Amino acid sequence: MSRIQTTFATLKQSGKKALIPFITAGDPHPDQTVAMLHGLVKAGADLIELGVPFSDPMADGPVIQRASERALVHKVGLRHVLAMVKEFRQQDDKTPIILMGYANPIEAMGIEKFANAAKDAGIDGMLTVDYPPEESIEFNAMLKARVIDPVFLLSPTTDKARVDIIVNQASGFIYYVSLKGVTGSKNLDIIEVADRVASIRSQTNLPIGVGFGVRDSETAKAVASVADAVVVGSRMVQEVEKSNSDNVVANLMALTAELRAAIDA
Amino acid sequence: MQLYDMPDERGHFGPYGGIFVSETLVEALEELRLMYEKYRHDTEFLAEFAHDLKHFVGRPSPIYHAKRWSDKVGGAQIYLKREDLNHTGAHKVNNTVGQALLAKRMCKPRVIAETGAGQHGVATATIAARLGLECVVYMGSEDIKRQAPNVYRMKLLGATVVPVESGSKTLKDALNEAMRDWVTNIENTFYIIGTVAGPHPYPMMVRDFQAVIGVEAKIQMNEIVGRQPDAVLACVGGGSNAMGIFYPYINEAGVKLIGVEAAGHGIETGKHAAPLTANSAVGVLHGNRTYLMQDEDGQIIETHSVSAGLDYPGVGPEHAWLKDIKRAEYVAITDDDAMAAFHSLCRTEGIIPALESSHALAYAEKLAKTMSPEQIILVNLSGRGDKDMNTVAQLSGITL
Repeated sequence: MSRIQTTFATLKQSGKKALIPFITAGDPHPDQTVAMLHGLVKAGADLIELGVPFSDPMADGPVIQRASERALVHKVGLRHVLAMVKEFRQQDDKTPIILMGYANPIEAMGIEKFANAAKDAGIDGMLTVDYPPEESIEFNAMLKARVIDPVFLLSPTTDKARVDIIVNQASGFIYYVSLKGVTGSKNLDIIEVADRVASIRSQTNLPIGVGFGVRDSETAKAVASVADAVVVGSRMVQEVEKSNSDNVVANLMALTAELRAAIDA
Repeated sequence: MQLYDMPDERGHFGPYGGIFVSETLVEALEELRLMYEKYRHDTEFLAEFAHDLKHFVGRPSPIYHAKRWSDKVGGAQIYLKREDLNHTGAHKVNNTVGQALLAKRMCKPRVIAETGAGQHGVATATIAARLGLECVVYMGSEDIKRQAPNVYRMKLLGATVVPVESGSKTLKDALNEAMRDWVTNIENTFYIIGTVAGPHPYPMMVRDFQAVIGVEAKIQMNEIVGRQPDAVLACVGGGSNAMGIFYPYINEAGVKLIGVEAAGHGIETGKHAAPLTANSAVGVLHGNRTYLMQDEDGQIIETHSVSAGLDYPGVGPEHAWLKDIKRAEYVAITDDDAMAAFHSLCRTEGIIPALESSHALAYAEKLAKTMSPEQIILVNLSGRGDKDMNTVAQLSGITL
């Protein structure tokens, strides 16, 4: 069993929902990423989604786009992100790390070389935003052979037939994008989300995470009531953006603890 | 020779092209693909397209024998396909007419576009005004500075021009931003991509709408000289004017196809926009796989060209394929050589070419010299240079 599968199984046994915060590696500074990861775990994160900076993050809104730009000032690339996770793993071999990024940095490294390096670093899942299942069959097989879960997005516009195609390739969990648009868009509609999650559940046994639009404890709590995991992206990155290097870890921890409490309540 | 039949059903040109987008865009692209499949051979749709090209755009555009310029250059005879005479001043309008007709049939009241030099933005704003569609154009703030007259033209036509401040603030960032708009407003919005890039079906669809250039050229060359040219030249940024004139010639083995990229300050300086000529690594950007200017981490790097319309780090996937199968050849021309050709054509023929097209003209000069006077070069003069007055004056140290 992969770390992601183990984590979801354990949570299910204790009747809890997963909290998955997102930060971009290297934002605000590459020296702080590992400390931030440990802080998130301490404050209650069950899994962590770590963004790989990319020059052209087409599917992201302005908040996460700016995080990429801040990290790129320090020239943080995929190989640096892998090194950060490797360092994190020296003290934490339990918390699953899912990389979220775009195809080009992976292809620049070479997909097989990346798959090997990701396994070596202790990566547990890979969400490649612009690799739909049809274009990533070989890559997904390479990941699975190394016990790394390929994680896929489902959107409100994904029809049932396509949900089948995607869940057949996915493992670990499914990430349902709660609204149309880029990351950090408007507020989500919880009734609509509940309907969609129920419908997806009828097609797969994979745990379902919901993200894109979780901006406070209230939405986190609402999402936790219908999904297996709550993904918080832009809200976390906003916290990074308004912090300075002295208080960024503490601020992220405070926000994570608040979300944790809301989800568990 | 086996007949050329590209792309495949999912938009692949060999290893290039495809659909590399976030799941949030898949449904919209599928809807577009099905609609385009429905209409691309629909006689009524094609008749309306042809009617608009004739009566609104002013097609067919003439082919003109640049005799004095050919004599001055020495060597082959140079003919120009006059896309600069189209309404709005460039080939871009052919495609916007086609896509806007499709938007109408899909009942989308709003169109969006990205633009670099502003020609595609103007062409989109023009057709949107004519069809009564809301129009939003994304343009890098750097390009807005370089192309002020076109920005004003778009506003006159009723479009909203949104400056893009992210990344390198040029065409590629405008494309990112337009994609973000589209994914957010999918229900009421049609995204009119201006070049043969982006996810399938765009590279194929834009090529098909631009192919009118080559289809006309084959008939006209036959009428004018009774045969086809020895070489067809076109500038390549994303590559839509080049695909437009190349495509109908692909199965004509005797006709050389040459795409001319922007060498900027010189390929060796790294400050260029010529991924094919420089043999850049293959990667994924803007929904397709192609040759891409990037660093060792796979970050897209900033490009340089004197012409905003060629200032793009990638290239349409079909060009990548034509390069690999050696059906087309790709070369690059520096800013300086393009400027020299620009001035030469102005003075010798009374035609002010766009800086983009001047790259193709500059290579025509070089190539013609190696050929005999009985041989023929056809250059796609993709646009006129009115929009470039400020840039050219500035380079000559003149303030307008």
